[in-house]
Amino acid sequence: MFFHNGGCMIVHQPVATPMHLFADDLSIVFGGAAGQGVQTITSALIPVMKKEGYHLFSCTEYMSRIRGGSNSTQIRITGRKRQAYVSRIDFLFALNAQALEHLQERVSPSTLVFAEKALLPEACSGQCIDTPLQAFASQAGNPVFSNTAAVGIVLGIMNIPLDTLTDYLRRQFAQKGETVVSQNITAASLGYAFGRQTAETRDIRVEIPRHESQSGTLLMDGTAAAGIGAVAGGINFISSYPMSPGTGVLTFLAWQSQRFGIVTDQAEDEIAAINAGIGASYAGARALVTTSGGGFALMEEGLSLSGMTETPIVIHIGQRPGPATGMPTRTEQADLNLVLFAGHGEFARAVFAPGSLEEIIETMQKACDLSQLFQIPVFVLTDQYLLDAVSTIEATDIRLHPIASHIVMTSAGYEQYSLSEDGLSPRGVPGYGEGLVRADSHEHDENSRSTERFDVRKTMVDKRLRRLKTLRESALMPTLIGRADAAETLIISWGSTRGVLEEALDRLGNPGIAGMHFSQVFPINPALRHLLEGKRLAVLENNATGQFADLLGLETGRKIQHRILKATGQPFSVEELVESIRETDHA
Amino acid sequence: MHEIVTPYDMPPGTDVAWCPGCGNHLLLEAVKSALQTLEIDPKRLVMVSGIGQAAKAPHYLNTHMINGLHGRALPLALGIRLSNRNLVVVVESGDGDMYGEGGNHFLHAIRRNIDITVIVHNNMVYGLTKGQASPTSLKGMKTPVQTGGVLLEPFNPLAVALGLDAPFVARAFAGDVEKTKEIISQAITFRGFSLVDVFQPCVVFNKLNTYQWFRENTYYLPPGHNAEDRTGAFETATKPGRLPLGVLYRNESRRCYEDLLGIGDTPLHARQQPDRDSFQKLIDTFRQDHTG
Repeated sequence: MFFHNGGCMIVHQPVATPMHLFADDLSIVFGGAAGQGVQTITSALIPVMKKEGYHLFSCTEYMSRIRGGSNSTQIRITGRKRQAYVSRIDFLFALNAQALEHLQERVSPSTLVFAEKALLPEACSGQCIDTPLQAFASQAGNPVFSNTAAVGIVLGIMNIPLDTLTDYLRRQFAQKGETVVSQNITAASLGYAFGRQTAETRDIRVEIPRHESQSGTLLMDGTAAAGIGAVAGGINFISSYPMSPGTGVLTFLAWQSQRFGIVTDQAEDEIAAINAGIGASYAGARALVTTSGGGFALMEEGLSLSGMTETPIVIHIGQRPGPATGMPTRTEQADLNLVLFAGHGEFARAVFAPGSLEEIIETMQKACDLSQLFQIPVFVLTDQYLLDAVSTIEATDIRLHPIASHIVMTSAGYEQYSLSEDGLSPRGVPGYGEGLVRADSHEHDENSRSTERFDVRKTMVDKRLRRLKTLRESALMPTLIGRADAAETLIISWGSTRGVLEEALDRLGNPGIAGMHFSQVFPINPALRHLLEGKRLAVLENNATGQFADLLGLETGRKIQHRILKATGQPFSVEELVESIRETDHA
Repeated sequence: MHEIVTPYDMPPGTDVAWCPGCGNHLLLEAVKSALQTLEIDPKRLVMVSGIGQAAKAPHYLNTHMINGLHGRALPLALGIRLSNRNLVVVVESGDGDMYGEGGNHFLHAIRRNIDITVIVHNNMVYGLTKGQASPTSLKGMKTPVQTGGVLLEPFNPLAVALGLDAPFVARAFAGDVEKTKEIISQAITFRGFSLVDVFQPCVVFNKLNTYQWFRENTYYLPPGHNAEDRTGAFETATKPGRLPLGVLYRNESRRCYEDLLGIGDTPLHARQQPDRDSFQKLIDTFRQDHTG
């Protein structure tokens, strides 16, 4: 049996303290089958919580199917901003029996389990709460309202005024008519009363500090941040083939295509997508493709074409576990080597790996700028966890910079690959000026004539690679977490593991351990070297081999003593990372 | 090379990598001649190609060009047209490039109906890789790979294009420069996806389908041919025996993808800065909701 008898756990608690007090951190998890309404619940609850002024973070895990299976979403409400997944569950709302089984490892004696009586095991009166969602829904007029009732329960327990929810329901269902609105409100009220009552009888108190509800605080997931970053980066062309979890960026730009004049094309395959992107970019568009590892594997020859023709392209890859089809809806950071070494031949590239909403937006803008400036392919590596996670960002942290186009009006005699000191040629586009713009995938001379002259080859290889020096020297430095100068041990992370590292280090509170997060993983700024001097190094990665640890070793000549790795298809939880860091520290 | 007689001629001394006697030379002459007749400004024209002997054609024309990857000329052409519809885009590549490696793009470019002209050098053999079968090689042709002769029926580009309602489907024979020029002119003028499959003898690796063979095994569509009858065109394209030359099918009623997408006249290179007010509106969307 997976349930602990919570009753005996609480007998000796002092009377003055509530049995269940949440003063800083509350983790609510909703579990059910696909199509059962987990998403309906969380998409109502999250904006309501945000409006109430709570810091919140939410992440989702789901199976690769349209209906059925077992999915869950965590909503964390915290006193200070947190951006990480915790395995601890304070309140579990189970919409079916499979959800209880699916999440059993995360249920502890202190977890309160809300479910219909029929779903609950008999011997768990202490932590199980018979929750008649169906009855509330029927009373309100339709079984589909059970989700609204569940939202009402959470508000009731937290003692949040019901108005916030009823306002939301009015807006949300306005188009469906007054009956649907009022039935939803009835379901919410029934749930709310149940929640209030449960809080009293079970002695549950949520006293997490709130802030003024700020209109300047925005709520979004990583996918939306990537889309906003692309728009801010001036992207005006996207051609892509749907592949989870990269599809959302295509959907986002399609949604915004009218407003910003973004040409959006759903390609017949990934090979078409990147070649269309390169064609567009050759003609002067700012082009983006979005995909996942498998789709990018198909794009590789196109990547090489971008390198040879010096045509800018931005490639967003939402990573998921491979090889092959792998686990389509799960998360991993195992495609770093793929993008570092993709494409035949040698050419310059840059790779970004953001770890927060702010960084997703900034690095996407930066990727657009760099690809145009250096006339190279630039990657933005995210993953399922980061793209689906919802949290808050301040509107003032999103900046729209003037776009530097780097396109010149050509004059007669223009040569696409003219030689220069830094290897960069003025970029012309067809139809703008008197010159002819000729691009070639063969080795070519300055005017794009295919050549097999070895001296020209040598000159052109050098031309294409020379920009790496500037790229390297202007690469983003990592963010330091804690007192990196004083610490003996540095835990190094990249991409989506930023939030979990920050929180784990906070919990450990050990001044001997600090963190470092890379939002650009290639090239590595040579100035990094001195930051690592004299430190024990551990690299944290959501993969099985430690790909970034290898890269860092290669780039800095430093030995990486420890690798903290996970490749189960799930993100790191704060708890397990705290444990791993402790082990590393004692090793 | 000859002295410069058309605006599309490359400077004298430009190295041409085609074999003496190759049908590509004649086809190049026909293309230049069509462009000249139509008075297309080289500064408005982009030639796009994949890889192979045929795909070298853009190198021998003094216009904008992008010579991309094997099989991938059509996606490049798509990207160019969607980014700047003021440009005239002509794709030139071989049968292996277009019907083999790039087959999926061929299907979907026709479905989209992008306003481009696609000239396929069809010599029924792989020349640059030294004589293997191409998708259009005739059954029974012996090659270093198909040692017992080609086992499969040849790919029929006209029938496939008609099946997808390609709005302009034609075939030419490079040995007849004047007629080829006429057909290509019509194709470039046509608004929508225009396919011109051009028989073009490979004098080194295809000893079967020679100039003589093409003369004997083709015929021009009669003057009364009804190019608006798709079913009739399909019947003509699939009839065993001699192969038809000329404009097989024209459908003026299909709208091109650029129009369906509402692509405006301002090229994308001229509008890179996102509008500040629109951006503010986008950001405002996220004050309440959390996803796109």
